[in-house]
Amino acid sequence: MADDRMERLRREGRIAIVGASLAGLRAAETLRAEGFTGELTLIGDEPYEPYDRPPLSKGVLMGLASPEHTDLPQRWEIDAKWRLGVAATGLDLPGRRVLLADGDDVEYDRLLIATGTRARPWPNEAEAALDGVLVLRTRDDAVRLQQRLKAGPRRVFVIGAGFAGCEIASACREKGIAVTVAERAGAPLVGALGGVIGAVSADLMTENGVDLRTHVTVTALEGDSVGRVRAVHLSDESVVEADVVVVSLGSLRNTEWLTGSGLGAGPRGIACDAGCRAFDFRGIVTDDVFVAGDVARSPHALFGYQFLSLEHWGNAVAQAETAAHNMICLPADRRPHLWMPAFWSSQFGVNIKSVGVPPMGDDLMIVQGSLAERRFVGVYGHQGRMVAAVSFDNTRWLEFYQRQIERGAPFPVEFPTVDRRPEGRQPVAADFPDPSLPTHAPGVTLSGYSPADQQLVFTPARH
Amino acid sequence: MRLVVDLNKCQGYAQCAFLAPDVFVMHGEEALAYDPRPDAEQRERVARAVAACPVQAITADGLDAPSVRAETAEGGAVPATVTPREVVTVEARDGR
Ligand SMILES: Cc1cc2nc3c(=O)[nH]c(=O)nc-3n(C[C@H](O)[C@H](O)[C@H](O)COP(=O)(O)OP(=O)(O)OC[C@H]3O[C@@H](n4cnc5c(N)ncnc54)[C@H](O)[C@@H]3O)c2cc1C
Ligand code: SF4
Repeated sequence: MADDRMERLRREGRIAIVGASLAGLRAAETLRAEGFTGELTLIGDEPYEPYDRPPLSKGVLMGLASPEHTDLPQRWEIDAKWRLGVAATGLDLPGRRVLLADGDDVEYDRLLIATGTRARPWPNEAEAALDGVLVLRTRDDAVRLQQRLKAGPRRVFVIGAGFAGCEIASACREKGIAVTVAERAGAPLVGALGGVIGAVSADLMTENGVDLRTHVTVTALEGDSVGRVRAVHLSDESVVEADVVVVSLGSLRNTEWLTGSGLGAGPRGIACDAGCRAFDFRGIVTDDVFVAGDVARSPHALFGYQFLSLEHWGNAVAQAETAAHNMICLPADRRPHLWMPAFWSSQFGVNIKSVGVPPMGDDLMIVQGSLAERRFVGVYGHQGRMVAAVSFDNTRWLEFYQRQIERGAPFPVEFPTVDRRPEGRQPVAADFPDPSLPTHAPGVTLSGYSPADQQLVFTPARH
Repeated sequence: MRLVVDLNKCQGYAQCAFLAPDVFVMHGEEALAYDPRPDAEQRERVARAVAACPVQAITADGLDAPSVRAETAEGGAVPATVTPREVVTVEARDGR
């Protein structure tokens, strides 16, 4: 009987996808590829067909591609109803309807939520509204930033040295534009890779002519008489004149539209099970609502079933494919989302890649190459296990370390490795900031406790 | 024609940059940058790059060659023979 129902769903069911970007598109393609022939609706608040974001801070700013031309190739004919330029404003969970900003609604048998994140805006609204103050998340943002860079600004000021901030600074330097980067932590990329690797990135930046200011926060953005930004004030009381300010302080998850819907959605994203099914606010898993991409938080078997939010391109693709598969198959055929976290970045001509979950690591060993040469592989360890690896211009080795992480290989690393230097024989502290302090765009957020965490004590409330 | 490179998969082998230099460029030693919407006249070259990439990291649509399209549509599992061979090469070089 269940088989009949599933067959009918696959043949003539209605599937709605909210968020028409990377995860939404890949899910739609997978649904069709796996034989879904029913009605498919893609709802996206941006007026564009799905486009790719990573080039927006790299090739586009370097002038290799137009910001308007990063559309994602479509691997399958998805034959969907596109509702572009219209936001979903609510979800009627019992009625199985998505409510739209234009007053319409879309009924579904299965729903996929892939609303991703948006750029965290500069908190002072008046300052954020100054002409020349920008963020970078969308195509429109990239068009604006590219125009500013083309106009030959005197100085660009980047607030926040996460990956995006560093990439923007790199593009500026490549174009000969003066750039200052301010970071609250002691070095760039510390939230994602820790202080040891952050120091390498700091050297790379200064050597390339970036004016890097660490251990500072921006206290105010100053405008001129016609409302254009002209200077940035820092907590060390210095003032830097700049005519373009890029706020690169990480992202906020797009979950507000689900407020009051009964789904377990909030600022940390939407929690789901390993099969991508969303939890409702009681912590009970739903059967018809799925989540994928940057907006999802899901438990990962390899990392103690901790809930991970992974703001990574590869995660959006893999999770969308798993979610789509699970949406239209029988329970016994469902798959868990077991993707090994991985990301890349390129800046100042260096290829940075990582697998696993670096911020989970306490210690770090440089197992190949050397930090000084900026060509190395570093391995992160946690409780005697390898949990992540990072490479600078050494990508070909990463797959090997990925297998080790999958196997739960012991840490410190004892096996001999090619090009191991004396500095790599002993682990050092990876030097991540206190997780309770905010950092700029860690890319991975460990949210929630690990069930394996013995320190957790359940204290019932006394009434 | 639209294309995207899965840069998690990409190993910086630069075959694509060799075959379609106006579309793919190496930025530094192993970082790849590319034009996601190349001109139509690049089609031949892009098709060759897609086919030549040893880890099938490039996905493109709007290519004429149907065989290439079928290959990439699989989602591009890494052929088992590719990576070990390359690792051996690197080992040999580094072990010298
Ligand atoms: C500049 C930049 C550079 C990056 N570089 C890298 C990189 O080098 N490597 C890497 O691994 N990752 C990188 N990323 C991250 C990567 O792009 C994301 O992980 C990926 O885009 C996530 O896809 P998604 O579909 O989950 O979410 P998103 O791409 O955020 O898409 C969500 C979509 O849903 C829409 N939406 C939101 N709310 C609603 C609503 N209520 N109704 C309708 N639609 C809605 C949004 O407007 C958006 O179009 C980068 C991101 C940016 C911005
Ligand atoms: S051929 Fe493939 S692996 Fe090599 S650089 Fe191009 S995309 Fe990367």
